[in-house]
Amino acid sequence: MNLSGLREQANNAWKAVNEPSRPQVLVGQATCGEASGAGEVNHSILETLKRLGIEADVHSVGCIGACYCEPLVDIVKPGAPRICYHSMTPALVSELLEDYLVKDNPRPDLALGVWGESRFGIPALFELPMFKPQMRIALRNAGVIDPENMMHYIARGGYTGLERALKMAPEAVIAEIEKSGLRGRGGAGFSTGLKWKLCRQAKGSPKYIICNADEGDPGAFMDRDLLESDPHAVLEGILTGAHAMGAAEGIIYIRAEYPLAIKRLVKAISQMRDIGLLGKNILGSGFDFDLRIVMGAGAFVCGEETAMMNSIMGRRGTPRPRPPFPAESGLWGKPTSINNVETWACVSAIMEKGADWFSSFGTEKSKGTKTFSLAGKINRTGLIEVPMGITLQEIIFGIGGGIPGGKSLKAVQTGGPSGGCIPASMLSLPVDYEALTKAGSYIGSGGMIVLDEDNCMVETARYFLSFTTSESCGKCVPCRLGTRQLLTILTDITQGKGKPQDIPAILGLGKSMRQGSLCGLGQGAPNPAMTTIAYFREEYDEHINSHVCRAGECRALISYTIIAERCKGCAICLRACPSAAITGEKGKPHVIDISKCSQCGNCLDVCPKKFNAVVKVPAAGPAAVPAAKG
Amino acid sequence: MAQTVKFTIDGKQVTSTEGTTVLEAALSAGIFIPNLCFHPDLEPYGGCRMCIVEIQGMRGMPTSCTIKVAEGMIVKTFGPEIDKTRRDALQLLLANHPTDCLACVKNQRCELQKVAAYMGVTERTMQRTARPQAVDESNPFFKLDRNYCILCARCTRTCNEITCVNAIDLVSRGDETRVSLFQDQQFMESICRSCGECVARCPVGALVSKNTVIPSSEVLTTCCYCAVGCSMYLGVRDGKIVSVRGNSEGKSNKGKLCVKGRFGIAEFVTHPDRLTSPLVKGENGQVQASWDDALQIVADRFKTYSPDEIAVVASARTTNEDVYAVQKLARAVLGTNNVDNCARL
Amino acid sequence: MAGLATQFGSGAMTNSIGDFKDSACLLSIGANTTEAHPVIGFEMKQAVKRGAKLIVINPRKVGLVRHADLWLRPKSGTNVPLIMAMCRVILENGWHDEAFMAARCENLEAFKESLEQYDLESVSRITGVPAEDIKAAACMYAKNTPAAISYAMGICEFSHGTDGVMAVGNLAMLTGNIGKPGAGVNPLRGQNNVQGACDMGALPTTYPGYQSVTDPVSQAKFALAWGKTSGLKPGITLSEMFDAACDGRIKAMYIIGENPMLSDPNLAHIEKALRSLDFLVVQDIFQTETTALAHVVLPGASFAEKDGTFTNTERRVQRVRKAIEPVSGSRPDWLVTCQIAQKMGAQGFDYKGPYDIMNEINRLSPSWGGITYERLDACGSLQWPCPTVEHPGTPILHTHVFTRGRGKFMPLDYFPPFEMPDDEFPFLLDTGRALFHYHTGTMTRRVGGLNRFMNEEKLQINPADAQNLDIRDGDMLSIASRRGKVTARAKITDVTPAGTVYMTFHFRETPSNLLTSPGRDVVTATPEYKACAVKVEKVKVEKLKSGGEG
Repeated sequence: MNLSGLREQANNAWKAVNEPSRPQVLVGQATCGEASGAGEVNHSILETLKRLGIEADVHSVGCIGACYCEPLVDIVKPGAPRICYHSMTPALVSELLEDYLVKDNPRPDLALGVWGESRFGIPALFELPMFKPQMRIALRNAGVIDPENMMHYIARGGYTGLERALKMAPEAVIAEIEKSGLRGRGGAGFSTGLKWKLCRQAKGSPKYIICNADEGDPGAFMDRDLLESDPHAVLEGILTGAHAMGAAEGIIYIRAEYPLAIKRLVKAISQMRDIGLLGKNILGSGFDFDLRIVMGAGAFVCGEETAMMNSIMGRRGTPRPRPPFPAESGLWGKPTSINNVETWACVSAIMEKGADWFSSFGTEKSKGTKTFSLAGKINRTGLIEVPMGITLQEIIFGIGGGIPGGKSLKAVQTGGPSGGCIPASMLSLPVDYEALTKAGSYIGSGGMIVLDEDNCMVETARYFLSFTTSESCGKCVPCRLGTRQLLTILTDITQGKGKPQDIPAILGLGKSMRQGSLCGLGQGAPNPAMTTIAYFREEYDEHINSHVCRAGECRALISYTIIAERCKGCAICLRACPSAAITGEKGKPHVIDISKCSQCGNCLDVCPKKFNAVVKVPAAGPAAVPAAKG
Repeated sequence: MAQTVKFTIDGKQVTSTEGTTVLEAALSAGIFIPNLCFHPDLEPYGGCRMCIVEIQGMRGMPTSCTIKVAEGMIVKTFGPEIDKTRRDALQLLLANHPTDCLACVKNQRCELQKVAAYMGVTERTMQRTARPQAVDESNPFFKLDRNYCILCARCTRTCNEITCVNAIDLVSRGDETRVSLFQDQQFMESICRSCGECVARCPVGALVSKNTVIPSSEVLTTCCYCAVGCSMYLGVRDGKIVSVRGNSEGKSNKGKLCVKGRFGIAEFVTHPDRLTSPLVKGENGQVQASWDDALQIVADRFKTYSPDEIAVVASARTTNEDVYAVQKLARAVLGTNNVDNCARL
Repeated sequence: MAGLATQFGSGAMTNSIGDFKDSACLLSIGANTTEAHPVIGFEMKQAVKRGAKLIVINPRKVGLVRHADLWLRPKSGTNVPLIMAMCRVILENGWHDEAFMAARCENLEAFKESLEQYDLESVSRITGVPAEDIKAAACMYAKNTPAAISYAMGICEFSHGTDGVMAVGNLAMLTGNIGKPGAGVNPLRGQNNVQGACDMGALPTTYPGYQSVTDPVSQAKFALAWGKTSGLKPGITLSEMFDAACDGRIKAMYIIGENPMLSDPNLAHIEKALRSLDFLVVQDIFQTETTALAHVVLPGASFAEKDGTFTNTERRVQRVRKAIEPVSGSRPDWLVTCQIAQKMGAQGFDYKGPYDIMNEINRLSPSWGGITYERLDACGSLQWPCPTVEHPGTPILHTHVFTRGRGKFMPLDYFPPFEMPDDEFPFLLDTGRALFHYHTGTMTRRVGGLNRFMNEEKLQINPADAQNLDIRDGDMLSIASRRGKVTARAKITDVTPAGTVYMTFHFRETPSNLLTSPGRDVVTATPEYKACAVKVEKVKVEKLKSGGEG
């Protein structure tokens, strides 16, 4: 079988969705959709269609990135454009189907946007503030196609890049990738073309390539969404890379916590095998290649190249010093090239549309686009892809819609636990590899966590250090014990036991860890602490000198009190208190005994808003009392 | 033959051979670089970070134990940045290590102590992070006290690379990483063969022999057990054998020993059951006799037999000189070729 | 070691322990290296780790099997047909080293002829090894050069053990695996100085340095040096000594540092022999089962208390140095022997120390001519042959020519072991060593810690056999052969193949050699320790009082 024979079949399949003869319903069912109830919504759609006696096709698609308003359901009615509806529930979708498909009311009130031009008073989807600044290359099919239907992928131009690559000499493919300016999307930003060239030139056989899908940063979900939404975009890139580097075997290293992505990959791989895209003599080019999946066991450090290779070989997942680099001596001592999921997806796009097209996006040194997962205190959480060079301002306030609840932005954490916090004052910073690194953070794999005035920066640093402390592989001293040391100091500060000399201690040790650690985990681990000290020194000083947490997040540095004038004596807080610290008679003002209070905040949460009697005050709780000053 | 490589360490011209690591080359050129996880028998590990250096043209501070020498390489082994980074790593170890060196078996023989002394460390500057850890005393010859462990992994690498027994490995992550046996067994429940190669390579007081007497002198000799002929040092103190260690120059064993050689010698040599007097059989069984009397009896009796009536069994466990003497006795004195040994057993 | 001596001209290990690291293929036959030679075991496993192939031929699932690319599990005593079949496969497929055979070897035609009988089908039937495994082993051994063979008593201790050794020699010559680094035929000797004891002439047939007693020139040489020497007639072997003692031909024995009352086969026979003696002198460091029967017991000094040299399995001579004074009342063995000689009025035994003895060895044993204390102290060790003080020693034998000239291919026939299981004695008993003890345990049983690992004999029995006999782990068993009976607890393990049971000989409470066979190698008289027929029964609980518990 060959691909050109399939293209017509693919085009027909895709046309049947977009210019249908009967209604098409597409449900966003990546993990994010499933988590917000897309499964029940899908079920409700089937029930409703049956009840209404409507002949329609229902598809599962991936995630288009608007995670904040899922479940998303798209409807394509014959003769009408594809309309995207948001925040669906089983009841709402049932109502929608009946209104639109039977009564011909497109329900603009439930719609997010129209694919294409605005219609029925529904705005154009890609003109919305969330989408307009985006440029979707890696995510080109995410939420658009059914990821389990290979025909959709092919109809959207899939595998044309591979066909082109197979007609080119491997060196020419590498030159094309180099020319595109693509850099590794896993975080380090090494030139992909150069990396491939080193592997191509390395002596040794067989050669291996690895797709790094061990996404582990807290708050990052780019790779998961991409694999769940468009596995073939990644697989095509891997195949292209295999041809370019002369690799015989590919391994997708994916964390076992991504069952849906694994399921879709397995299916996509078997589809490829069925049509001769894997195995011997691929597409008649004389090129042999096969691919398998290895599941990671949930160790963050296995995202590091050498640790990952150890894990694949069945050894303890710890990094080893480089050189030798994987390109010279990787899996089983053979040349190996490791690229991130998003990198592979960019490769297939570059081979389809050309290096010049790709490098027309981005900045001078950071070409193309980058995906980010927006999380934290932001209105529109979700997955986005933007041209390099866009400012943080545009991302957070444009695409992300700003901070909820009228609160003010404090900082943006990028780069995961090895990244840093960029203060609100630096929002005009363009997002590219160099600029973020200069600001003390880094792009990382693309996690972006927005922090507002209620977030304590010391606590934020402490949180990331607790992550790296438990995820350190334990091999090298600076990381294994340095993370613990930093965590101990930061914990003390959040508990009001900080000392003025803690700040120089953190900065000094942090620098040593950066220089002395074996791998990126330990080298980056001090970053959250060091950048928060650099940009939010006053918060540290307040914690240490005045035992005050201005954000009110550090439990030991706050206490709760009941304002007697406001308290109606309803006893709701009394019942909610797990420490029996609240006393008071029914109908009379209650009192909190701070010696018993554990600062859990239940009382504040349950106190009826109309009374607003419980307040959090930055007064030292009992835990902070013994702290000696100075 | 390996190619010769010329390069510079701290401005000094050094010649070494291709494939040598910077650390090994420096040490053999008399330039000390602190190190803990390095061991000449083991593959480079790069865990302790003590041996970091700066190499022109290389990013950051690579570990000299993992970098191979190259022609024209320019290496710097000290400087304020290197010193600070090393010192912090060392302080982190000290903050996680017991504080009473006097109470440690390895006092004065501890490599951590030596590195600390070399770096001029006189106080601990970091917050203590040590927590109580499990001690395994099940093995009759050695114990594993994880409280002293610095996770240099020499022991686990030894068990993997040298003996290929793989009884011990590192488990868990972060500062909960520990040396462990399969399913957290004790040594005696595990597949450990008790060779003690791990004990021999532990730089600190974590894997230590239960016999803690330090010898006053050592004698180089050859093991008395199997035919591998392991070269070993017997440690002597007060007329007794108190320690055994492999001789790394030994051609047949390159420093390695097994459980019998390492732990099974001292006790039998001076065992109270040792024969201390000749015995001569009389009417009431064997009774003690003087050497002179016993030898005279033997000589007198031997004289009475013709060469065909007497046979001599030499020992395959005694020295060549012992055997030579006895076969000479058989042939030259007793006149017989009836002499054999247990070679076939 | 007569097998290799016949074929190559020397019976010793052809290569060195350090050579295993250069091997592309290791073939281990009848050896339990990780238990009996642990440090060589390390070396072999490291070689495998670096990519060398490992083939293990052993009926028992020994420690090396875990590291092996290929494990052949022949029936006990079928080494000869198995290895000869490998030879035949190699020849048939043209994997042999034609040039080496033509230039270095002889007797090829007779050998080829004898291969006729070893077709894969018959050999597979005799050995129980699948034909494809034999073929795979032949291919792996022949195609990964250099390939080193190592073997131990699992080849020799059969009534046709010499044939087994020669089969191995054939295999090595066929593939040119002789005389080069990483190759060779390497017998792993059992005890610290077995090699040295043979080198020193503690053999009925040779003077020191393997100079034949039947050669008048040698005789004259030693007579001149010593003033007097023995006749041209070879003496009798150890086993024959006991036979001769039984029938009164041998009247007196002088036994040094041996405990035949536990280590030798068919103990009842040994006991009868020793009790028949008119005069028995035993020299040892501890009381043993053998000293108990002696008329005179002489206390020797241990290795830590005297100077001297040992020769290890790779012909490496190394110093033994006195670390402590002999324990009160004991004397070094050489001194005791010399004092007896002097009391008998002999000349030439007035050595001041082992140094003087080594000087005499240097003079009289050509292959040891250059092995002096001065050199050993300076360089640590020397491997013989080392004829002069300028000679660097010989790590690899037969590099250009075989010691005997041309390597001799030996045609071989297959004979089963002397005693095979039958209806009455349905199991084959195999005996051997364990890591934590040594020989008859006179030394290791006195080390408390070692006893913690192993303090009693256990009969190893396959789970299938155990199930048939309703035996559970730890059950007390009686094991009987035609010659005797012992009791031991059961250890159920698949290390031992079905139909075979296994014991060590380390425990005086369970003297397994009460059972072993009177069978001996037809050439060397090496006892057939590795095969005798036994029956195994559970001991009733009330009988336990008299049991053999340690």
